[in-house]
Amino acid sequence: MEAALLQARDLACWRSERLVFAGLSFEVSKGEALLLTGANGAGKSSLLRLIAGLIPAAEGSLTWDDADCLADPAAHGAGLRYIGHQDALKPALTARENLAFFARLWGGEVEPALAALDLTALAELPARLLSSGQKRRLALARLALAPVRLWLLDEPSVGLDAASVQRLAPLFAAHRAAGGMVLAATHLPLPLPDARELRL
Amino acid sequence: MIALLLRELRLAIRHPADTLSAVMFFVLVAAMFPFGVGPSPDLLARLAPGVLLAAALLAALLPLDRLFGAEAEDGSLDQLLLSGLHPAGIAAAKALGHWITTGIPLVLATPLAAALLNLPTKAWPAAMLALGLASAILSVFGAAGAALTLGARRGGVLLPLLVLPLSIPAVIFGAAAIEAAANGLEARPYLLLEAAILALAAPLAPLAAGAALRGD
Repeated sequence: MEAALLQARDLACWRSERLVFAGLSFEVSKGEALLLTGANGAGKSSLLRLIAGLIPAAEGSLTWDDADCLADPAAHGAGLRYIGHQDALKPALTARENLAFFARLWGGEVEPALAALDLTALAELPARLLSSGQKRRLALARLALAPVRLWLLDEPSVGLDAASVQRLAPLFAAHRAAGGMVLAATHLPLPLPDARELRL
Repeated sequence: MIALLLRELRLAIRHPADTLSAVMFFVLVAAMFPFGVGPSPDLLARLAPGVLLAAALLAALLPLDRLFGAEAEDGSLDQLLLSGLHPAGIAAAKALGHWITTGIPLVLATPLAAALLNLPTKAWPAAMLALGLASAILSVFGAAGAALTLGARRGGVLLPLLVLPLSIPAVIFGAAAIEAAANGLEARPYLLLEAAILALAAPLAPLAAGAALRGD
């Protein structure tokens, strides 16, 4: 039995005077994938943002190898990739420039990341000309930059066609084979074999 | 931080309208005064230092509410906060980017505005220095103000109310420097005092901005 790396104990989250969830505990260990499911408004996105350290936990603790994650948010943030609802793209920059900015921040190679999501042919187009599915792929291409231990994905496959969803499979497999973890909120099936499910 | 600054500059080059509108606003405000004050060159020259400073600060204020607003709307702010950069570093890079894309063009437009206001030519170098320092002070205070008002419903109105009072010392010393130079006196002490305000604000305001960004 492998020791759990990421441990959440009794997490609670308040958003604007409303209790989103409380008493939430789970563990994720190396190479594991955890799917967050539940109705709209169940708190999937809030949980991902909380784990990322973007919103504070009202209660409970989040530990990584028994070290408190939320004590040093900048270092914790640097050890994860968060793909939210918004694609975080600048419309005036080309696809390559958008990705190159994050490559400068995090390290990693731009061209293989573009190729991994089949964006090489679109690299010179300004992001404002991309379709919503192509923008989503460009956002997901950030996952193929420098490797980190934890991916937090908020409905990563929204707007993607079936072929693009399948393109994520080798990315996920390589990440998990290297010991990385995936936490994904989703309503649609993702190419994550043996993923556990956490229902909110 | 350098990556963020380079992206700011690249975006400013792709969207020159933001910079141009601030510069045009500055020149147009300066051009209104001769019409309002009437044909009195001496009176205009008396007014020029204060008008230059006030017009430049108001112009530099124009793009400020988008400083973090645009980043927050498209999700870039989340990514920046998770990039391992200290939030104060993000704010400092944004403030520097604002000064380069707004402050420096205003400094370059200063001779034009100064000519419209009949400011003696010998005071132009002092005017450019004073405006450069004042716009830098506004950029750092403005970054803190923009971070604080981020997500506020009337942030665009709140921001000047927060930032302009903090910029009053910059107006006082900047205008005093230009006036001294126009009268053939030494502008240096006033410029040094203005620089001292910048030296105080430059490390402290980004810390405040960073704390506000983190606070959600």
